[in-house]
Amino acid sequence: MAILEVKNIEKHFGSTQVLRDVSFTMEEGSALAIIGSSGSGKTTLLRCLNFLETPNGGTISVKGETLFDAAMQTKTGDKELREKRLHFGMVFQSFNLFPQYTALENVTLAERLLAAEQPDYKVNKKEILARIDEHGKELLAQMGLSERMDHYPHQLSGGQQQRVAIARALALKPDILCFDEPTSALDPELTGEVLKVIRGLADQKTTMIIVTHEMAFARDVADNIIFMDGGVIVEQGPAHEVIDDPKEERTKQFLSRYTQG
Amino acid sequence: MFWTVTQSLLNGLLTTFEIFILTLAFALPLGLILAFGTMSKFKPLSALIQILVWVIRGTPLMLQLIVIFYGPGMWLGHNIWSGDEAGRIMATVVAFSINYACYFSVIFRGGIEGVPAGQSEAGLVLGMTKTQIFFKITLLQMIKRIVPPMSNEIITLVKDTSLARIIAAYELTFAGYSFMKSAGLTWPLFYTGVFYLLFVGILTLLFNYVEKKLDYFR
Repeated sequence: MAILEVKNIEKHFGSTQVLRDVSFTMEEGSALAIIGSSGSGKTTLLRCLNFLETPNGGTISVKGETLFDAAMQTKTGDKELREKRLHFGMVFQSFNLFPQYTALENVTLAERLLAAEQPDYKVNKKEILARIDEHGKELLAQMGLSERMDHYPHQLSGGQQQRVAIARALALKPDILCFDEPTSALDPELTGEVLKVIRGLADQKTTMIIVTHEMAFARDVADNIIFMDGGVIVEQGPAHEVIDDPKEERTKQFLSRYTQG
Repeated sequence: MFWTVTQSLLNGLLTTFEIFILTLAFALPLGLILAFGTMSKFKPLSALIQILVWVIRGTPLMLQLIVIFYGPGMWLGHNIWSGDEAGRIMATVVAFSINYACYFSVIFRGGIEGVPAGQSEAGLVLGMTKTQIFFKITLLQMIKRIVPPMSNEIITLVKDTSLARIIAAYELTFAGYSFMKSAGLTWPLFYTGVFYLLFVGILTLLFNYVEKKLDYFR
């Protein structure tokens, strides 16, 4: 069974149609790359999955459970919405780390807040917090940031900040981790360290959706690729096929700009 | 004579300080509520508060003070403020709290809107509630942003307390001025100035300290 099933997603801002009839599925442990020029709707699609935007039509299901159905126009409560959001993790283009917290605190904050709502929290507070800290340290170590745990975001390079953001997104063990152009805000010499980390996650079979402009990276790391243009999916298929042997004219045009350079 | 003046001024300072502290205690939370009100998606509420802010910022504080102190007596036929010093201070605090809450609300709104939207979005995707996001993420970043404009307003408040003289509250400026009227002395006026300078000096040090404390993040 597919871990993620997106069906007929529609989204418009006012009279501008941003997403039109977007449908795709993902298997557990696979990586999906979404490519396309700016304004093609890639980022809006990720934001819909994370419930930062509400689609105007369509359904979103994770592990067979329908999380969103535009036809059921009931208002979801905040608590319900939170639980649905936790199926997805999100890494933003601009990192969005919390500046007043250290790298480790950034990673553990959400987990601490969730733990504090559990009934057994008061009794086992010390052990629970110690376990969360331990988990956060492990994640940062996995990102190669063992030496930087107590640094504040402004003391870190862009690449280090983005790796902290990845650790933060992983901390809540999302079913699907989303990346919104994770290297677009980085200097060229810093993109490598972030791509390396994402590649490592793909090797560990982390289910991921990556919106990216790095075509070579998309081909090497992703299992499948979706090419979007003007709010619709123009082409989707296995990564090598879409990049090396695109069927659609628009895909060819788009890719030729990258291979010429 | 010097000692008599000092005692009088200290008395006045006590009233000044009372007005200052109580106004802050009421105007700070009220200002935050008004700030959220202006940002409300419920348009009538937001419009109503914007009109309030316009009226309060658009008319002199002294005029507001006169209306609040004398108005009820003229309209209701009996004064709601007790005739003693406490009643005058209370009326002053009410007028000042409303006035300063309006100025604070604008500063608060700027501080809240100045925090990038990505901060609350990051909180949302991590499953935080709106309350958690405000208290754990936005608030401190907002405080850091508003310390400089707030220090301006709060220092202005110290000196605005002298307006309470218009309804005969015995505050610091009134105290210094009374020696000129009764004994023809002008030096107590300068002595009064020294009191204000010390008050503001201490506040300035305090604000510098807070700014330094929040310097650890950007």
